[in-house]
Amino acid sequence: MKYVILIYGNPESRAIWDTLSAEERARGLRDYERLNEDLADSGELVVTEALADHAQTKRLVVRDGQRTTTDGPFAEAKELLAGFYLVDCENVERAVEIAWRVPEAQLGLVEVRPVMTLDDFLP
Amino acid sequence: MTGPLEPLLRDLAPRVLAILVRHHGDFAACEDAVQEALLAAATQWPEQGVPDNPKAWLVTVASRRRVEAWRQDTARTRREHTAFTLTPPDPDPVPGVDDTLTLFRLCCHPALTPPSQVALTLRAVGGLTTAEIARAFLVPEATIAQRISRAKQRVKGATFTPSGDLDAVRHVLYLIFTEGHTASSGDRLHRVDLTAEAIRLTRLLPHDGETDGLLALMLLTDARRPARTTPDGALVPLTDQDRTLWNADAIAEGTALVHHALSTHPVGPYQLQAAIAAVHAEAPTAADTDWPQVLTLYDLLHAIAPGPMVTLNRIVAQAMVDGPDPALKALDQAEHDPALKAHHRLHAVRAHLLDLAGRHDEARPHYARAATLTRSLPERRYLHSRA
Repeated sequence: MKYVILIYGNPESRAIWDTLSAEERARGLRDYERLNEDLADSGELVVTEALADHAQTKRLVVRDGQRTTTDGPFAEAKELLAGFYLVDCENVERAVEIAWRVPEAQLGLVEVRPVMTLDDFLP
Repeated sequence: MTGPLEPLLRDLAPRVLAILVRHHGDFAACEDAVQEALLAAATQWPEQGVPDNPKAWLVTVASRRRVEAWRQDTARTRREHTAFTLTPPDPDPVPGVDDTLTLFRLCCHPALTPPSQVALTLRAVGGLTTAEIARAFLVPEATIAQRISRAKQRVKGATFTPSGDLDAVRHVLYLIFTEGHTASSGDRLHRVDLTAEAIRLTRLLPHDGETDGLLALMLLTDARRPARTTPDGALVPLTDQDRTLWNADAIAEGTALVHHALSTHPVGPYQLQAAIAAVHAEAPTAADTDWPQVLTLYDLLHAIAPGPMVTLNRIVAQAMVDGPDPALKALDQAEHDPALKAHHRLHAVRAHLLDLAGRHDEARPHYARAATLTRSLPERRYLHSRA
């Protein structure tokens, strides 16, 4: 079963991060490193990436056949996607157990969502 | 492994590996040795001909490699002290089926998680490469490689026990089959056919009632494959499938297997599921389905192996026998079960029953709700089309 773990930050959590000491930041990053190592070791990690700052976002829309791109930063966003994990684990309980270890759960928000499959269904 | 020797080598690999592990222990080291022996065979046999006893050849070469590796390892710490006491085993008196079975049991060891059991079984018994397994499960090769190496570490100290039941092995094969039994997905050309592999591996198990039941279930389910999707990839529900497209040979074999199993062995869940598939297979059209028999089989299945899917499918069969209203009442009852309450198919079944009762307007929101809750893309498309 594949699950995506979405990691959100917000302006408040960003502000808290900025006030942290170098040591506290290093500890947060170590938590990520350890989580990555454990997931690679257990064979549950498919991919994980941290996303560049939200200000670097480009938004694309097509309306009436007309393409428009808008460059960030976008002022209105409250929860900003900061990174994600794609894990392949036994069940949703295990995915949630992994997600609890994401440090952002303490400052921002972490979501677990199942990945859509192409599974057949029996009649 | 490719070329004309591949089927022979893939058939022999698990048996050779099992013999080696039994003699020498250390699964990982033995697997390396067997890989080297297979490589030697793949290069030497096409030139020099296949030996009279290919298994004995492989066991001898692999054992030699294993001993050499062991000597090299040991030399570092203990010089060549006792290396000479290790001699290649005599491969001849070893019966093949038992060894394959022991290897199956080791790969499906209870200390391993199901994904690891699946990966190790496909690797060690199925002889698939790590890359092939990774493609089949649409995950990176590194993920599967890690899963396999970790699994090998875990079973390192495990001893070979000839006893124990086969339930775990059958469950792993069933998982492999269901993973393979997916609708059209991505790059089919490069996806290993997991259903075929699951069927091939199930045939390696010694025959008993439940193994035959599982094999029959796989054959009868796989037989519908040509009719399951439209050319554009949409899913066709069982009732709408063109049954002339079903694979008649697979149905004949599956039906014979399950009839034989049910008449000679104690009844089990795989046999019952296969029997239900056989009843569907025997009906020339959906309207000819012997629903009372399907209902009886689901009653039995509910008694020995209850579960949310069994409950729901039983209710669908009940609707076909007694009409939608008693079935809707049964569904109201079943809804109190916490295992069912969260089940996404609950809404799909309610929608289906309301449809049958002619209450189409009431059915629609339930189809929509079920579409939201399913994780399956083809199912979602289908449910949306009904909503």
